[in-house]
Amino acid sequence: MYSQKVMDLFQNPKNVGSFDEGTPNIGTGVVGSPACGDVMQLQIKVNEQGIIEDARFKTFGCGSAIASASLATEWLKGKTLDEALKIKNIEIAKELELPPIKVHCSVLAEDAIRGAIEDYQKRRGTG
Amino acid sequence: MKKFIYMDNHATTPVDPRVFEAMKPYFMEDFGNAASRTHVFGWRAAEAVKIAREQIARLINAEPDEIIFTSGATESDNLAIKGVAAAYAEKGNHIITCQTEHKAVLDSCKRLETQGCTVTYLPVGRDGRVDPAQLRAAITDRTILITIMFANNEIGTIHPIAEIGQIAKEHGILFHCDAVQALGKVPCDVQALGIDLLSISAHKMYGPKGIGALYVRRRKPRVKLVPIIDGGGHERGMRSGTLNVPGIVGLGKACDICREEMALESARLAALRDKLQNYLMTHLDEVYVNGSIEHRLPNCLNMSFAYVEGESLMMGLDDVAVSSGSACTSATLEPSYVLRALGVPVELAHSSIRFGLGRFNTEAEVDYVAEKMVGVVKRLREMSPLYEMAKRGVDLSTVDWGDHGHAQGGHGHSH
Repeated sequence: MYSQKVMDLFQNPKNVGSFDEGTPNIGTGVVGSPACGDVMQLQIKVNEQGIIEDARFKTFGCGSAIASASLATEWLKGKTLDEALKIKNIEIAKELELPPIKVHCSVLAEDAIRGAIEDYQKRRGTG
Repeated sequence: MKKFIYMDNHATTPVDPRVFEAMKPYFMEDFGNAASRTHVFGWRAAEAVKIAREQIARLINAEPDEIIFTSGATESDNLAIKGVAAAYAEKGNHIITCQTEHKAVLDSCKRLETQGCTVTYLPVGRDGRVDPAQLRAAITDRTILITIMFANNEIGTIHPIAEIGQIAKEHGILFHCDAVQALGKVPCDVQALGIDLLSISAHKMYGPKGIGALYVRRRKPRVKLVPIIDGGGHERGMRSGTLNVPGIVGLGKACDICREEMALESARLAALRDKLQNYLMTHLDEVYVNGSIEHRLPNCLNMSFAYVEGESLMMGLDDVAVSSGSACTSATLEPSYVLRALGVPVELAHSSIRFGLGRFNTEAEVDYVAEKMVGVVKRLREMSPLYEMAKRGVDLSTVDWGDHGHAQGGHGHSH
């Protein structure tokens, strides 16, 4: 039921891990809940120019949730915060060819991106 | 080609080659209609059906004329429950079942609720078993049927069947038992256990799909059923329709093999199952067996692997066929209702895997799956934010998860 892209990202996910949340140039978004069967943690590291220079994720969830988060971290790198906010779940779903029942995994990734950016802005006092 | 390991024998089993051989002549040579009484083609088919009926009856200690052939256990469950409800409507309208029954039983009961029946859905304990005292307390003077499965299909837990049969007998209530998972794995004697109706499926015991049977007691008491399929009056009028002769021959042969080999086979599978369980428990922390450990089918192992989700576990086990109680594997996005009924926390229900061992699994396969599973769980835990939090000492049950997933995520989950 999964595309080759999902299978590949599940087997070889990119940017797995976490940054130290205490660092001021880090933004962390955590969405979902264990009860729902998906928890996605997405972190961004933003440089002085306001560009996302690195991103990390960890995911508790199905293969498409892992693939969605992995893809999101790849897309985030090199983007400004405004550009990052324009990433839509539907683009993630399309890129990964997610079946309809798995589209919510891409929604979770979009929410996690927003969460991470909001968290970063809050820390910077610009939120 | 990549070799796949099949370890989902509660879902279905391959046909045993001996069963297949026995069935073969009844497709093309001896293809007759068992109801044709006027020529040799019919006689041969009828003789084959007669032998199969005896083989099935022998496995459960019944009489051959108490075996009614059906298309499978779903039909058997429907016929038993709806047939009894209709036949005994004057006596009462109350049915007692259990929350962890198969959907064929639960949905038959739900249908009857729309037609004037009342149904009690007994809870189960943490071990997955019904409490005989609760069953006794649920009985009313309107109770006509108790329907409790022999062993659960997800967790393999075996109910206290003899006690249930005894309680039913004391109160003059019929006892239907869906024995699909238990037959051929553990002894099942309808006389000793006080079972009045018993659902049987061929494809869970190395027979073909599309054939099953319902044992219907004829003596002490003589059980009446109103049929749900009308027609030529086959099977003592309880189930019309031309008999599926090759399927019936296959079911009979499958029962015969089980009767002869069950003791050895179950001991072998229990040893393999225990080896798998012990390996996983010694090589991984925070893994839990779901259901009763003591009262369990020899071939079933249902475990939850905390902090990792079931579907991702199955993706990791890419050359092994198992199943999961995770929501992600169901069309409804709800985790297993069986595990929930046991009181398994919902996040652990999402993390469950059912290993179903069978006749054709080898020790080498079990060793391979055990090692591979440990690797997959470890890899996915490294990727799991929950595992990281737990290792940092965060009590996950105290975390406010907010409502992100629902309000913004539009999950479609409901609780």
